[in-house]
This record gives sequence, structure tokens and C-alpha cells, in this order.
Amino acid sequence: MEHHDNTPQIEVQPADKAKIWGIWKVMLILLAVTAVEFVIAFTMESGAIKTFIFVILTIVKAFYIVGQFMHLSHEKKSLIWAILLPTMFIVFLLFILSYQGSAIFSLLY
Amino acid sequence: MSNTTVLVDGGKMSAWAGGTEPMKASYGKLMMWFFLLSDAFTFSALLIAYGMTRFSYPAYEGAIEDFVFSQAYWPVPEKVFEAVPFLHGVSLPLVFVGIMTFILILSSVTMVLAVEAGHRMDKTAVEKWMLWTILGGLTFLGCQAWEWSHFIHGNGGVGANLSINEYGPPNFAALFFFITGFHGFHVFSGVVLNFIIFYQTTVGKLEKRGHYEMVEKVGLYWHFVDLVWVFVFTFFYLV
Repeated sequence: MEHHDNTPQIEVQPADKAKIWGIWKVMLILLAVTAVEFVIAFTMESGAIKTFIFVILTIVKAFYIVGQFMHLSHEKKSLIWAILLPTMFIVFLLFILSYQGSAIFSLLY
Repeated sequence: MSNTTVLVDGGKMSAWAGGTEPMKASYGKLMMWFFLLSDAFTFSALLIAYGMTRFSYPAYEGAIEDFVFSQAYWPVPEKVFEAVPFLHGVSLPLVFVGIMTFILILSSVTMVLAVEAGHRMDKTAVEKWMLWTILGGLTFLGCQAWEWSHFIHGNGGVGANLSINEYGPPNFAALFFFITGFHGFHVFSGVVLNFIIFYQTTVGKLEKRGHYEMVEKVGLYWHFVDLVWVFVFTFFYLV
């Protein structure tokens, strides 16, 4: 068999303009959401509703970062669930420790 | 034609016996995902601990204008973080942390562009975007160093350390150091990893390998660092 050259021919493919624009579009969405959060931080009375809006907007940002930047939306269904399902333990921890925090508060004050 | 392809008798092998990749992701990428999942637990634990501690202290009630730092209640973050470098004495609440968020999101974008260039085997573009990503990471670390320094020295009060701080209850500063410190350490590790992959790109190691999957793997880690910052920004600075 003929000896092959060790350096394979590299073919640089041209960039797909639409794909690049898609990446920048995600960035614009992330910046826009952050700007909205900023405005809300200074214009709304603090309370449960404000916190709720912040949580929703943060999840929106997380959705774009994990789904588009980390490419999870384009992976196999099984991989998506393997990553998403275990995060319900985080929700569980959030509930029990919020409860715990209020319990400590009512003990001390 | 290609002398790197290894033929496996795919027809007889089951998916989990090495015939095909489980979940259509390479071993390295899959393990990076599971590592990041475990890291997400660690960060969630820290942030939820912050929430719990905050709930166990009284909240400040009253007009924002009349707010003064006190040990009696949890501080309002926008009153603590209102300094910007070179603008001494000007009250610009959350502006600097907003700039830091912007820098980290931008460096995440340059990382996606590096991954995209890697798919096209465009070595020069990978180098360029990796370099921008590293620069973004270093800038973020610099900003954080300034913020820590300002936080520790304080605004004419006792400043802050792990046992006492001028802003509020001791736990406030302790959690600030823990959470932003742990995140900053991740950014630092990310910059180191990015630099290693940048180096391997420039010397042509990845090109010789025939693919730029390593860029994707460190990219996953880098985006995760950005993701964590999004949560830290909301739950530490905004709420």
C-alpha cells in the first residue's frame, strides 16, 4: 500500500451567513432581557411579583444559553432529558430551604 | 480514502456495546455535560443557601432613599454595589455589574463563533475567536478583582471580611465572597482551559487530529460559567 502523506488536505468551508447571524441574534436577545431586568430593578416595588418576574426572565436567558449556545436544543431527546430531569432536585432543595429560612426567621424574630 | 477511519461492524453491535455513540454525543462531550450537571448542583446549593440565609434575616422595609447600612436587616444590593471604576463618589447602582454581565455574554458569543469556525476547519478563525474569548474572560476577572477590592475596603466604614462587614449581617459578606469567589474561580479555570485549547490550535495539533471537538468541550464549560453568572446576577444583585 502506498504511504500516505501525514498532513491531510484541509478544506476550509465558507461561513454560513445565516448561521452567524443566528448566533448574534441570541446575543441580542440576552442583552435585551438583561436590559429589561435592569429597568425593572429600578422601577418596580420590591415584592413577590418582582422576584417572580426576575425568575422568569432568568429562566428565559438560561433557555437561550443552554439551548442555543450549549447546543442542547439540537441534541438527542435522551440527552436533553438526562440533563434537565435531575435539575428537579434543585427545585426541591429550593423549596425545603426557603421553608427552613422562614422557620429560622420566626424563631429569632 | 481517509486513513483515520476505523470501521466497526455496526450491524451486529448494540448501541451501548460500542457500535454507536450513546445519545449521539461523543464520550468527552457527554462526560462534560454530566460534570456540568454536578457543578450546577454545587452552585444551586450555594445560591439556595444564600436565599435561606436571607429569609432568616429581616428585610429592609422603607423607602430606598432612606436606606442606611445596618446589622439589623439584610442590605439592599443596589445600595451596596453602586461604584464604578474611575467614577469615584458617583452613585451608579448595579452599572458595573451590568458591564460585567455584558462582557461575559460577549465572550460567550465569541466562544460560539470559535466552535462554528472549528466545524469549518478554519484554523485562523478559531484562533481569532478563542483569543477574543480569553480576552473577555481576563477582562471579567479584572473587573471582579476591582469589585472585590472595593467591597473589602468599603466606603469609609469597616469594610468587609468573613466575620464583619459594614453593609449588613456578617453572612452577607461571607456569601458574597463564597458565591462570587467560587464563580470567579470557575472563570479563571475556564480561561486556563481556553488558553490550552488556543495553544493547541495555533500549533496545529487539533487540525492534525482532523476535528476541533476540544473547542466544543471547553465551549460547553465556558457557556456554563456564563449561565451561572446569569443566576448570580439575578439572585445576588437584582432580587
